[in-house]
Amino acid sequence: MDFPFDLLINAVIAGLLLGGFYAAVTAGISISFGMLDIVNIGHPAFIILGSYIAYFFNINYHIDPIVTCLVLSPVFYLLGTLIYQVYYVSFEKRGQQSLRGLAFFFGLLFVTEVLLLLVFGVDYRYVEASYIGPSLHFGIVDLPLRMLVPCAGSLVLFGLLQLFIGRTFTGRAVLAVSQDQLALQLMAADPIRIKRIAFGLSIAVAALAGAFLIIIQPVEPSVGREYIGRVFAICVLGGLGSMPGTLIAAMLLGVIESITATFYGPSWAPAVSFGVLLLTLAFRPAGLMGR
Amino acid sequence: MRMPLFTLLAVIVAIIVFALMRIPNIEYLFVAGYTIVQYIVLSTAWNILGGYCGYVNFGSAAFFALGAYSTVALATFGNQIDDLVPESLAPYFHLIFPLPIPVLIVIGGIVSGIVGFGTGYLTLRLRGAFFAIATLALSVVLATLVVNWDFVGGSGGAYVVRPGQFPGLGSYLQYLFLLMLGLAVLSVVLARWIERSRLGYGFAAIRDDELAAEASGVPTLRLKLIATTLSGALMGMAGAPFPYYIGYLAPVSAFGLEYAVNSIAMPLIGGTTNWLGPVIGTILLGTLQQVTTVTISSAVNVLLVGVLLIAFVIIAPNGIVGLVQERLHARRRK
Amino acid sequence: MTALLNVQDVSKRFGGFVALDGINLEVQSGERLGLIGPNGSGKSTLVNCICGTLQNEHGSVHFDGQRMDGLAAHERTHRGLGRSFQLPRPFVSLSVADNLCIPMHYTVHTRSGPLHADRIEARCHELLQMVGLEQKSTHLPRDLTQVEMRKLELARAMATEPKLLIADEAMAGLSHSEIEDILALLVRLNESGITVILIEHIMSAVMSFSQRLAVLVSGRKIADGKPQDVVRDPDVVRAYLGQ
Repeated sequence: MDFPFDLLINAVIAGLLLGGFYAAVTAGISISFGMLDIVNIGHPAFIILGSYIAYFFNINYHIDPIVTCLVLSPVFYLLGTLIYQVYYVSFEKRGQQSLRGLAFFFGLLFVTEVLLLLVFGVDYRYVEASYIGPSLHFGIVDLPLRMLVPCAGSLVLFGLLQLFIGRTFTGRAVLAVSQDQLALQLMAADPIRIKRIAFGLSIAVAALAGAFLIIIQPVEPSVGREYIGRVFAICVLGGLGSMPGTLIAAMLLGVIESITATFYGPSWAPAVSFGVLLLTLAFRPAGLMGR
Repeated sequence: MRMPLFTLLAVIVAIIVFALMRIPNIEYLFVAGYTIVQYIVLSTAWNILGGYCGYVNFGSAAFFALGAYSTVALATFGNQIDDLVPESLAPYFHLIFPLPIPVLIVIGGIVSGIVGFGTGYLTLRLRGAFFAIATLALSVVLATLVVNWDFVGGSGGAYVVRPGQFPGLGSYLQYLFLLMLGLAVLSVVLARWIERSRLGYGFAAIRDDELAAEASGVPTLRLKLIATTLSGALMGMAGAPFPYYIGYLAPVSAFGLEYAVNSIAMPLIGGTTNWLGPVIGTILLGTLQQVTTVTISSAVNVLLVGVLLIAFVIIAPNGIVGLVQERLHARRRK
Repeated sequence: MTALLNVQDVSKRFGGFVALDGINLEVQSGERLGLIGPNGSGKSTLVNCICGTLQNEHGSVHFDGQRMDGLAAHERTHRGLGRSFQLPRPFVSLSVADNLCIPMHYTVHTRSGPLHADRIEARCHELLQMVGLEQKSTHLPRDLTQVEMRKLELARAMATEPKLLIADEAMAGLSHSEIEDILALLVRLNESGITVILIEHIMSAVMSFSQRLAVLVSGRKIADGKPQDVVRDPDVVRAYLGQ
């Protein structure tokens, strides 16, 4: 029997491209969960919010979605700092972050989804841009531009984040705050301020990921929920707080999902990421590259 | 108040409620009432793990749906006995099937209890946050499995025919309501018993400080597994009659997010520290939702729950019961 | 005679940071051991590894003839290892008296069978009197002062009826007379047969209490012997006692 190599290769390529995008989506959680230890399960809500805002400006003013979210990223950053402030005052300070913090973010996820539902309805929304539609062809390999562009953008974003964390003072402070808050205070840096900056950053990154998302696929409000599993699966699989691990795990998950969808049908796709998550938690909770 | 007296009172209250509800003879009362009483079971079950132990379960829908789909699977099997079972054995199966609902409830409880135990065993040795995420994952994985399993209807859903009448009681719906009411009494009595028992002390210690609890000799993993299993089992029991109540079960309704949100919001708003909180939260929130759905829309109703959840979690972390307790505590210190 | 507690070659790392590096320590039954060292030297990490809150990566911990590695913390407590936490960790939603009930319900009960409610109440009262908290038995931990919380922490460890009690900085912040009281209490406990490891920075207390003194610096034990000898050891003086 003829093994469908071309199908497999394209599935793998699509998976890698998807994986690059997943890395951007997860980068925000890597910061908030991996480094700040904040379980923001509402993270996907901000991604979807970014998608819809990009959609709005695209439909009404024909602005490219990536441009929209880049320009609006300071707004999302501020939103993130505001949310962190509420979270800190209400939960972290009182030491009740586990139960009530989770409920808080869950509430945010939920409220955002329903608001988007009320405003935009259940229809799938998509954007229009010059690179959505055409593909590059190399022999049997298809490279749809609508996946290539977000993947490239995601990798750039990811690279910039790595530089920020590794090379700037604030970035290294974020890494430090995850390991030793007391030491940070002794260095005369305010850990709360650092955390606020980091959380704001994670939300800004989420919005940008939202722009990439709506380029890759049409969105509707409940799409966010699928991403909860993906994002945490990647985070855990890659090892909390390890950026390189996140990238590898994202690619791996992208490929597994793509192959599953190609050979077994797309209705199994949601189970893949959550299944990977459950398996990882059960058997190797430290992840591939975890400490 | 000692437990036997409390149990008796709970049963009496339930009987009075049921009798009062039969007076107006409005079927809708039972439709709405069933939902509220079902949520009393769900939120009390959630609270055993969430409020008493401090472990958040986002997958209430999964355990609820497991109960519902056990019923669907058994009902479908019951309809297809002659196709599935060898001729010689068929008569015996026809004797047992269709299974009475109390039996289905027990089976739903067992199935969900086992899955609860399994999920706990895999994830409770990790931090509480990982358990919460795993429960979310469980919901999606189970939903996907169900959607792809044609025996229970797949994504198209399954019909379960509800008998019209129940002998001695009138409409079958009232029978379902009575059963659910019984489950509610069971869960409330169980919750109160746990609170006052050695087990409840252990749960509270785990919730307050798991490390210190371990150091004090509390077998935290074992107790957490007990909580997860009990909680899951109760949710499964609440789900078992659901297909008969609703008539047509589609995955999207069985695994709906509203189960997760409500079973978290109701205890958090009512108060998580004792059995009364989930009951108050359910009655208040449940009634509010029934009113909103009918007068405005069901989407706004769901939005309202989310907003109230966020508000209460920030402003009144111990819920309504907590607010009352604070007043009493402050008065006692003077 | 085999030691009650035998810590052999125990190591523990956190990522790249070596918290404990090949610790060897023996504690004889009935002994009063003092453990001192600068902040961050690994004293609490050692306690955590002995008691099971953390699992050591290397080496072994033997208590009362049994191997403890791999056992969960609660199982070690059942076998007689009791400890107080350096930073008090009370059960915040339970009253002071109920805080003591937890170890009774879950350690003493497990070891010797169900306890009658009256017996529990009496024992709670007794323990609270020993640490001077009997007036606050119905209060919540958040109503206690820092000092009272440390006393509660110690009482809770005592409630597990340990064979070996590790008191981790139980006296920080106490007044001179309160220190005397706690010391007297610990001595009384020791005289009734309980082995005690005292971890402290208050040198006067350590010197008057300890029959033997061990010093931990940067994850290594640098001295172990009679208190008067140890405090004169030049390494100890250089690393910890003074410039």
